[in-house]
Amino acid sequence: MLRFIVRRLLQLIPILLGLSVLLFAWLRALPGGPARAALGERATPEAIARYNELFGLDQPIWVQYLRFLGRALTLDFGSSTQYGRPVTEVFLERFPGTIELTVFAMVFAVGVGIPLGYLAARRYGSFLDSASVVGSLIGVAIPVFFLAYLFRLLFAVELGWLPGSGRQDVRIDATRVTNFYVLDGLLTGEWDAAWDAVLHLILPAIALGTIPLAIIVRITRASVLDVVNEDYVRTANAKGLATSTVRRRHVIRNALLPVSTTIGLQTGLLLSGAVLTETVFAFGGVGLTLRDAITYRDFAVLQGFILMLAVVYVLVNLLVDISYGLLDPRVRAR
Amino acid sequence: MTVLGQYKRERIDALAAQAGQPEGEGGVSLTRSAFRRLRRDPVAITGAVIVLVFLAVAAFAPLLAPRDPITQYLLSEIRPGSIPGPRQGFPLGVDNLGRDLLSRLIWGSRQSLLIGFVSTVLGVLVGMTLGILAGAFGGWVDAVVMRFVDILLSIPGLLMAITVSVLLGQSQTSLMIAIAVTQVPIFARLLRGSMLAQRGSDYAVAARALGVRRGRIVFGHVLPNSLSPVIVQATLSLATAIIEAAALSFLGLGDPDIARPEWGAMLANAQDFLSVRPALAIWPALCIIVVALGFTLLGERLREALDPKFRR
Amino acid sequence: MHRRPARVLAASAAALTAVTLSACASERDDSGGGDSAEGQSGGTMVFGAAGDPAMFDPAFASDGETFRIARQIHEGLFTTEAGGTELVPALAEDYSVSEDGLEYTFELRDGVTFHDGTDFNAEAVCFNFDRWHNFEGLAQSPSASYYYQAVFGGFADSEDPGIYESCEAVDENTAVVRFNQVTSKIPAALSLPAFSIQSPTALQEYDADNLSGSEDALTYTEYALEHPTGTGPFRFESWDRGNGEVTIVRNEDYWGEPALLDEIIFRTIPDGNTRRQELQAGTIDGYDFVAPADYASLQEEGFQILVRDPFNILYLGFNHGNVPGTNANPALQDIRVRQAIAHAIDRETIVNSLLPEGAEVAINFMPPTVDGWTEDVQTYEYDPERARQLLEEAGAVGTTLRFYYPTDVSRPYLPDPAAMFQVISEDLQEVGLQIEPVALQWNPDYLQAVQSGQADIHLLGWTGDYNDAYNFIGTFFAEDQNNQASAEFGAFSAPEIFQALAQADAEPDPAARIELYQAANQLIKEFLPAVPISHSPPALVVAENVQGLEPSPLTAEDFSTVYLED
Repeated sequence: MLRFIVRRLLQLIPILLGLSVLLFAWLRALPGGPARAALGERATPEAIARYNELFGLDQPIWVQYLRFLGRALTLDFGSSTQYGRPVTEVFLERFPGTIELTVFAMVFAVGVGIPLGYLAARRYGSFLDSASVVGSLIGVAIPVFFLAYLFRLLFAVELGWLPGSGRQDVRIDATRVTNFYVLDGLLTGEWDAAWDAVLHLILPAIALGTIPLAIIVRITRASVLDVVNEDYVRTANAKGLATSTVRRRHVIRNALLPVSTTIGLQTGLLLSGAVLTETVFAFGGVGLTLRDAITYRDFAVLQGFILMLAVVYVLVNLLVDISYGLLDPRVRAR
Repeated sequence: MTVLGQYKRERIDALAAQAGQPEGEGGVSLTRSAFRRLRRDPVAITGAVIVLVFLAVAAFAPLLAPRDPITQYLLSEIRPGSIPGPRQGFPLGVDNLGRDLLSRLIWGSRQSLLIGFVSTVLGVLVGMTLGILAGAFGGWVDAVVMRFVDILLSIPGLLMAITVSVLLGQSQTSLMIAIAVTQVPIFARLLRGSMLAQRGSDYAVAARALGVRRGRIVFGHVLPNSLSPVIVQATLSLATAIIEAAALSFLGLGDPDIARPEWGAMLANAQDFLSVRPALAIWPALCIIVVALGFTLLGERLREALDPKFRR
Repeated sequence: MHRRPARVLAASAAALTAVTLSACASERDDSGGGDSAEGQSGGTMVFGAAGDPAMFDPAFASDGETFRIARQIHEGLFTTEAGGTELVPALAEDYSVSEDGLEYTFELRDGVTFHDGTDFNAEAVCFNFDRWHNFEGLAQSPSASYYYQAVFGGFADSEDPGIYESCEAVDENTAVVRFNQVTSKIPAALSLPAFSIQSPTALQEYDADNLSGSEDALTYTEYALEHPTGTGPFRFESWDRGNGEVTIVRNEDYWGEPALLDEIIFRTIPDGNTRRQELQAGTIDGYDFVAPADYASLQEEGFQILVRDPFNILYLGFNHGNVPGTNANPALQDIRVRQAIAHAIDRETIVNSLLPEGAEVAINFMPPTVDGWTEDVQTYEYDPERARQLLEEAGAVGTTLRFYYPTDVSRPYLPDPAAMFQVISEDLQEVGLQIEPVALQWNPDYLQAVQSGQADIHLLGWTGDYNDAYNFIGTFFAEDQNNQASAEFGAFSAPEIFQALAQADAEPDPAARIELYQAANQLIKEFLPAVPISHSPPALVVAENVQGLEPSPLTAEDFSTVYLED
């Protein structure tokens, strides 16, 4: 098992290197190059020359790349033009929000999706089944930002049930420890702040979780149907095991195997969707920051954030694969 | 093994493996029997009808649209905060510049489907080329190509599209390229997988034994057999492409010629008038949802029909 | 002097902000310090902002969100009257100018202290002037000290050290500032937030000028991010960057009428729809730059729309094609083509259909409230027939023009660039011109392209910094270099315009100056380097219970008079 993990970790190296080359080249290829990107539109030629010298942009390209790589390894992606602070600092400040949001979205998608998919498969061909199939197909067809607008309009503005923007009510003066607001509230015992943060998460998490939900319903249903037809389930049934035992021991557990692995895939979807959802809900995570970076052409932020998010994405997938390996001996053997 | 999520990998690979399936019994090809099943499948038919209707609307837009989509007919009647609703001659009302909404939706089907098709075809072509290179040559070519594909896959889809369109600047072309780039790795993997699946197939082995050149085997046998999974994936990708175009428009990275009617841009633009005329957002959103649903229904059922596992 | 930078424009543009007032969280009812006779004291107001501030040292700022907050914390020697554009004293009670116009003597207010307890005096004033003049390294980059460069022209160590000579603290309350050149920008420009007087103690303690950064990072200083120290009615409390909230609290030791609110929270909500819905949901109490489309519905719901007097101009700029390395359409060098375009645009409809109530068709390149405006210019009424005829005479029918417009931005003078672009395009196509649209991201792509002469025709505008004709038409059309105008207008050469502007700027007598500016306006409209389109009033919206917020044409609202009704 250890060898499996080590091997997988080693496989990451070329990918991350390639990714860094790609994003390094990306910034280089932008019109005006990095100096213009960092100094803005009114930069004088002297300022650009000074910047180029300061940041070693007058050196050969491979030297520049190695320096970029060296700095990237220490998580140094330069400074944001928009915030005037190190990109990594901004990222670390914003990322907890996005983690909270994606975790909530995932909990929603899994919590609703698996039971729904399971029920649909159990009642194969029923109205519930067709409805969940069609519903899950529609779910992936709705543009995320439009759904987010609808939710906010309905539940935050018209009905006023839930807060429609931000991560915390401005009137709550919460102590920040980790920047995970819910966690902060629990750690400091500021229950109202924690509860308020949870309320702020509900709408964006549901909007963001809809597509994963649709996918999870579909996969759960399909894999339950698969498993029911597997030999060991038939054998178990034939042995005369109680239906509930068969379900618990064989069907659910085996059906969940492929479902659990989709979580890795969903991470990409959630990170993409977060850019849109956070914008609509003015939710202070990396997605909102990325959107601002697009608007203000804050290239350092775009480069650093995308690289760091890609690493996160890759690592999550790795974790999922490893856990899959733990669950399923066949994978390890491969 | 790659860093790609196990599930996605398996899903693509399962699709790819279908290409290696033996021909169906009694000389009926797998594809043909699949289509026969599809014809009896109401869900697939619904999808096909939706797609055909929208294709027809796009094709005959000049005949169907009651008015010119660009002319600002009622501009002088518009005030900030008041946009005329449906009335004689304007069945769905007009947009914020007094243009006929129905005509814009009809013409919009053309642009939206065009963006969907072009970006998907682009993604298929580049992806297939990479996949064929990897599958046909194997060895270090395979390793290099697949590592590259893995790198592309390691950036979440929309972020990739953002990166590309920031680099290329705003134009309809760059929008299509940005979407295509997100499709490339999927098709590359698909093609490579299906070629590997066929490597051991009887006809490939036989052809090799007969001394047929690699190029002939690839283009004469292997490639045609890989097409059905590609078509399935392309159908699904079309839906994604149209939705992604809307998302990029929303982020301000859409087509710069905003007079040109396109659903994504119309939806993004309508956000400013939600409080005045929500219909301006709802109609293009509905079009996007329905057409994406059409492609998804068709694609999913096609996939199931081609997948022997679902033949119960 | 160069044209005013785009960054400033951007600043006001970026200022799609919302102001929110929230109901009093605290019931505290202390009338600490002064007596607030008319308003109720206390409470927290939450103001919705369109973007995060950059930081809080206005000397390094040029964007509207930063200035809005900086204006509450900091004060300069002068400010502008509430709700108007007239210069009024702030930290300087009075001033006098030497006969040669080079020496300004400022009489300073007594009994003022900075938020950190440091005394405000002549030495503090000189410390700030010297600070600006001696910026080094990255602090000299235009993205940092834009305004200083625009007004003073250079730094101690630059080739052209600019117009600043020296500052001397004659006594506790008298500062004498010497210039090496006469300028009409002083003293009006000193009302800009960029020239706020900040605490020398804090500036030194927190290393305020050290923007240089290292190879690792180019960052703002601790002073600018965490310890801004001014004399204003509010003091900086905290900035919760993760949640996008800036909190400022009442300065109990303010020298003047103390602020009524206990605290103001500026909360960043980038999306315009979200700002409106948050206001409707009651979680914010107001915001800035309301979309014209929302005026009516918000008013119906009981919100107050506070409309500012328009103090801006939107124009369609022409490229005269004299910028080397660009390839502008030469047809625009023909006055008849420019006139045809002016006649083709239906500005009446634009003002009615696209712009908020209170917008006006522009006939000068400056709003009517600025001295020097005149009715007596060529107006080029909407006349498509005449436009077609002019194009035919010029042999320019069917000419293709690259029409540049910005995306992802909403400026006070241009609430919806895409709509404006589409309507004008349609008008131009109507009379037989072809349009090739070019949409670019506002900052930096669009501004860079347009100001380097890439466009054939383009949309741009200006919000005035202070009441001065030169701040408008001088910014646009004064000679840039080599007897040519700026690249934005294709470096046209019109010596009579350049001369008229220079002459007006140097005229010391106000009445004579007005006439000279009027003459300049006539010349400009005759030459037609651009078509003025409209003046548009930007508006704030606040909840029903928010009182005392006076909309300022310069978007320089003072929040110290704001209070919340029960």
